[in-house]
Amino acid sequence: MRGYVLRRIAYVLPVLLGVVTVVFLALRLIPGDPAVALAGEKASAAQIEQMREALGLNRPLPVQYVDFVAHLARGDLGRSIRTGGDIRQELIENFAPTIELSIAALLVALAVGLPAGILAALRRRTPIEYGTMLGSLVGISMPVFWIGLMLIYWLGARAEWFPLSGTVTPGLDIPARTHFYTIDGALTGDLAVLGDVLWHLVLPALTLSTITMAIVSRMARSSMLEVLGSDYLVTARAKGLRDRVVVLRHALRNALIPVVTVVGLQLGALLSGAVLTETVFGRVGVGRYILNAITARDYPVVQATVIVVALFVVVISLVVDLVYAILDPRIRYA
Amino acid sequence: MARASATAVPSTIEGGGRAAPSLWAAARARFMRSGTGKLGAAILLLLGLIAVFAGQVSPYDPVHQDFRIEREPPSAAHLMGTDEFGRDVFSRVVWGARVSLQAGAVAASIALVVGLLLGMSAAYYRGRTDGLVMRAMDVLLSFPYLLLAIGIVAILGPGLLTAMIAIGIVYIPNYARVVRGAVLSVGARDFVEAARAVGARDGRVMWLHVLPNVLAPIIVQTTLNVGTAIIDTAGLSFLGLGTQPPTPDWGNMLSAGRSYIIDSPWIATFPGVAILVTVLAFNLVGDALRDAFDPRLL
Repeated sequence: MRGYVLRRIAYVLPVLLGVVTVVFLALRLIPGDPAVALAGEKASAAQIEQMREALGLNRPLPVQYVDFVAHLARGDLGRSIRTGGDIRQELIENFAPTIELSIAALLVALAVGLPAGILAALRRRTPIEYGTMLGSLVGISMPVFWIGLMLIYWLGARAEWFPLSGTVTPGLDIPARTHFYTIDGALTGDLAVLGDVLWHLVLPALTLSTITMAIVSRMARSSMLEVLGSDYLVTARAKGLRDRVVVLRHALRNALIPVVTVVGLQLGALLSGAVLTETVFGRVGVGRYILNAITARDYPVVQATVIVVALFVVVISLVVDLVYAILDPRIRYA
Repeated sequence: MARASATAVPSTIEGGGRAAPSLWAAARARFMRSGTGKLGAAILLLLGLIAVFAGQVSPYDPVHQDFRIEREPPSAAHLMGTDEFGRDVFSRVVWGARVSLQAGAVAASIALVVGLLLGMSAAYYRGRTDGLVMRAMDVLLSFPYLLLAIGIVAILGPGLLTAMIAIGIVYIPNYARVVRGAVLSVGARDFVEAARAVGARDGRVMWLHVLPNVLAPIIVQTTLNVGTAIIDTAGLSFLGLGTQPPTPDWGNMLSAGRSYIIDSPWIATFPGVAILVTVLAFNLVGDALRDAFDPRLL
């Protein structure tokens, strides 16, 4: 196991360095003077100089690179041109709600997608299977930003079940401790506050969950079908075990392994969808943060956000891989 | 030689020694038996015709503004209603088909060409080239795709062209991986060895002998990717980073419709339906092609 962990970490380190290098070079290999290009056509001399200063463009490239990596390693992401604030702090405040939304969407996707996929495999050639397959096909064909708008219209405006936008009701004061709104809401000890946060989370989570839900249900169905046809299940049935025991105790466990793998791969897609979902619902998050930064040509923020989110994905993928290896010995000995 | 390898073993059971249909003919026959595949293909054909003949199909000028009829609900005169500038939504959806289909096709083509070259080189030369290319692909894959695309657009500046390039770059690893896997399995086969043995140069071996045998997975991947590329370029336009107004694009129409979703839902509804139908059609065709090329899945 230790060998496997070391091998995986040795594999991830060059990827991490690659991510940092790609982002570093992307902003600096712009033809001509990057500071002028990044500050924009209408920028004043002072603005160009500010961009040069903020990104450290006035020194030789290798010096910039070493400095860049050293600052990153210390967790120093620089200061925002637009707000003048510490980017690390701003990112913590904006990234936490995005992670929260992604986790909520993942839970919804699993809660609906898994049972649907498993039922579809158990009830072959019935309306349940056809419905699930059609639903998943439509699910992966819909843009999340459109689903969000339709949910706002039908469930928000027409049915008035859910708020139309926002992260919490305006005026509701929630002390920011963890920047995860559900946790901060719970920490207030006021159920009404937590309820308000969750109430605002339902439609965005449902919106963001659709693609993952579709993929999970497809995967659960095909994986379950494969397991149901295997010899050990025939044996289990031949022993006289009841269907329920065969499915729950024998089939489900093995059928879930590929599904879990797919869920791990969905992280990047969920974060991408979260950017769009946040825009649709006007929620606080990394999407709004980076879009505001692009509009304001705040490149230190764009650079830091892209790097931090990518590093987060790489590290989480590593953790997920290691957890699989603990759960399934076949992986670490492969 | 490549053609011969793509041909199934001659069957002596059917037709008294007559050669069995080639991979392509068999795949075509299987595709034509798929009802959903044919439905998808028919929708795509129709959409293609609408995009080509947008000028004839659309009843109004898609950018003509008329403030006397702003935000009118669907009616006989305006099938999908009018938008906030009094423009005919149906005409804009029709013209948007041209932009969106082009965006999806160009983005997928950029990814296809670059990914194909990288994947083939990695698998053919193996060793350090393989390691380098695939690690570079791992780096690209570590970025959440939309964030990478946003980053690229942030540097190149917003617009349809940069959105297509950004999504194209984001999709490169998909192709590189699929092509590499396929080439690795083909590269070890006898006919490739034979071509090398008779002195064919690398480029000739790859182009004439390896490529025709890895086309099936590439075609499937491309069909599915054009669909997702349409969603993703529309996503960039929705965020204001792709096609710029007043050019009609399903993504920026949705973005404009967002502000009026409560009172005038038709402005955002119809471009979304257009994306859904188009992407669904690409997925139907892609799934049918995958089944057609790989009969084991049937």
